[in-house]
Amino acid sequence: MSAIPVSWYLALSGVLFGLGVVAFVFKRNIITIFMAIELMLNAVNLAFVAFSRAHSASGQVALDGQVFVFFVIVVAAAEAAVGLAIVLALAHTRQSLNVDRVNLLKF
Amino acid sequence: MPILDHLWIILLLPLLGAAANGLIGIWLKERWPKSAVNACAVGSVAASFLCVCEAVREFAALPASQIPVVGNYFNWMLAGPFRVDFALQVDQLTVVMLLVVTGVGLLVHIFSVGYMDHDPGYPRFFSYLNLFVFFMLTLVLGANLLVTFVGWEGVGLCSYLLIGFWFLKKSAADAGKKAFITTRIGDMGFTVGILLTFFTFGTLSYGEIFDKLTAANTPVENHFGVITTICLLLFAGAVGKSAQLPLYVWLPDAMEGPTPVSALIHAATMVTAGVYIVARMNPLFSRSPIAMLVVAIVGAVTAFYAATIGMAQTDIKKVLAYSTISQLGYMFLACGVGAYSAGIFHLMTHAFFKGLLFLAAGSVIHAMGGEQDMLKMGGLWKKIPVTAWTMLIATLAIAGIPPFAGFFSKDEILWAAYSGPYANKALWALGFSAALLTSFYMFRLVFLTFFGQQRYDEHHVHVHESPWIMLGPLCVLAFLSTVGGWFAAPALWGGQNYFDDFLKPTFASAAALAPVVVEPPHSLEIYFAAFAVTAGLIGLAIAWWLYLGDPDRPKRLAKNLGALYKLVYGKYFVDEIYAALIVKPLLWISTNILWHVVDEGMIDGAVNGTADVAQLAGGEARRIQSGNARSYATWVIIGAVGFTALLLGIMGMRH
Repeated sequence: MSAIPVSWYLALSGVLFGLGVVAFVFKRNIITIFMAIELMLNAVNLAFVAFSRAHSASGQVALDGQVFVFFVIVVAAAEAAVGLAIVLALAHTRQSLNVDRVNLLKF
Repeated sequence: MPILDHLWIILLLPLLGAAANGLIGIWLKERWPKSAVNACAVGSVAASFLCVCEAVREFAALPASQIPVVGNYFNWMLAGPFRVDFALQVDQLTVVMLLVVTGVGLLVHIFSVGYMDHDPGYPRFFSYLNLFVFFMLTLVLGANLLVTFVGWEGVGLCSYLLIGFWFLKKSAADAGKKAFITTRIGDMGFTVGILLTFFTFGTLSYGEIFDKLTAANTPVENHFGVITTICLLLFAGAVGKSAQLPLYVWLPDAMEGPTPVSALIHAATMVTAGVYIVARMNPLFSRSPIAMLVVAIVGAVTAFYAATIGMAQTDIKKVLAYSTISQLGYMFLACGVGAYSAGIFHLMTHAFFKGLLFLAAGSVIHAMGGEQDMLKMGGLWKKIPVTAWTMLIATLAIAGIPPFAGFFSKDEILWAAYSGPYANKALWALGFSAALLTSFYMFRLVFLTFFGQQRYDEHHVHVHESPWIMLGPLCVLAFLSTVGGWFAAPALWGGQNYFDDFLKPTFASAAALAPVVVEPPHSLEIYFAAFAVTAGLIGLAIAWWLYLGDPDRPKRLAKNLGALYKLVYGKYFVDEIYAALIVKPLLWISTNILWHVVDEGMIDGAVNGTADVAQLAGGEARRIQSGNARSYATWVIIGAVGFTALLLGIMGMRH
């Protein structure tokens, strides 16, 4: 099988997720934030697949993690559809993509 | 024995009458006619009276071994060793009380039909009056202290309701509250007394308490022990209820109520409940000479004290109120010197003549169109002859002129105070002086009201005799006031005292415990009776000289007496003293400490403080919702990290 141990995959997944988090918190462009979310989702997907692989014994493949990934991709697609629609609406009304200017709903 | 087996019927009838007028009458208002009110109210008490008569007839045929008759209806409370049954009992003392309560009650109900005729609260009045009769019967029929206590508080409630019957008048509403609160002070002692009785004897039933005392052969307690304490606590309740020193102040104010109420509740029945309870507990009181002495002293001093106040009052009902306090003092004096049956005898005759005096006073007030000030009456004798005659008979009775009822009972009390087993010459002297004063103030009342010059304006007041529905009860009571004392008459010429003999079984243990004294010769008793009559006649003569002679004479006398007259006229300023010493400080504490500090500061403070803290916390916490999406993300991350750390921590602990 593969010579690369599962912890490497997980480390990569963690790094990607961390990058996504940092981008999400510090970027103001809403499109960038959107991409950060996608990055986090895919980091999680990577972890799922890695675990799925790690839990598979010889002759018996554990598919739980793989199936989860498909679900996540579907949800991410739906989210992208709704999210991009919101982004378009915002761009229309505010002529800006700065997320800090979308702050009317507060105390 | 149908009725004696079903004593509850006697109770239930007035209660049904009260319910009918109180519920249906108030609900239907005008559609519930007066005839229906009368039928329910008077009918129920009349039926109750007939039941009592039948019960007495059956009672008379019973052998002594079956007395008292006890009817145990249901178990009321059961908690460990504490057991109270709803039980009623009839013995000789109860028989006397039952006859007085239902008999005088019936007459007062009939009188009220005429007196309250034009009152808008007609059904309400009769509902209260019926309810009062129910509670009073509960009081006298109760076979244990707790059932008696229910009646005791119930009559207090009815007294409150009826004093404040015209509650739109502030003075009436205040008087009701004053009566209720003042008697409550005494009832505090009464309640503690009941508790102590239970702790001492393990039961509250009269029969069981007395049996235990007899079985244990409990000796007379000459020191201040538990029996004395119980007696004094119960007596505290009696002092409040029977308006004795120092709790008498409510009774004069209670005259704000309608006059029939004064006659029934504040003269004939409720206020005698204190005397009843002392007589009922006689096996206990007789074992405590200290308590007996206290009862006698309070009674004698009150008798004299209230009589002095009565001399200077000008309101016809106030005079009678102080007279009632004074006469109740006589009854306690009798109980205190061991002459229980004389006390109950006076209770009965007093119910007749004082009930009559109040009803007659009501008739006078009715005739004068509501005027109560005797200085604005005078010369009414010819105008309202029936009222005048009956009132004169009652006055002769209370002044102790033979052969009227009051002479026999009062003479018996004074004789017992002088020569009885607990004789006390000083108390006798007080009682004797009070008898003189009684005669004086009562004839003063009669002379001011019915004789002398007419002091009212005939153009404004149309004096008219009351209708026969009011005069009828007066005549019956006048008859009873005349003959009511004759049970004891044969004793004067060495015969039997039927009343004493009848009550003897109830007071048997008291008689057995009394110290033995040498009975003075009978001739001395005759001399004392003559003294008492002379005192009454002297009082009459003084009143005659003062009020039927020169009309300026009372004023001159009042001026000459100066400060003393002012003191008596102002009722010794006891109300003012109580206001300054008790009411004002209590009000001050209530306002400045309980209200402003405890209620506003501590209770409101705790509630408002909680709300303030919540509001403050919320006010600060809402700033988290800043509207900045990136800060939300930060919170989510902090939460996720925190939660993960927690999860790892828990998992770490598992291993």
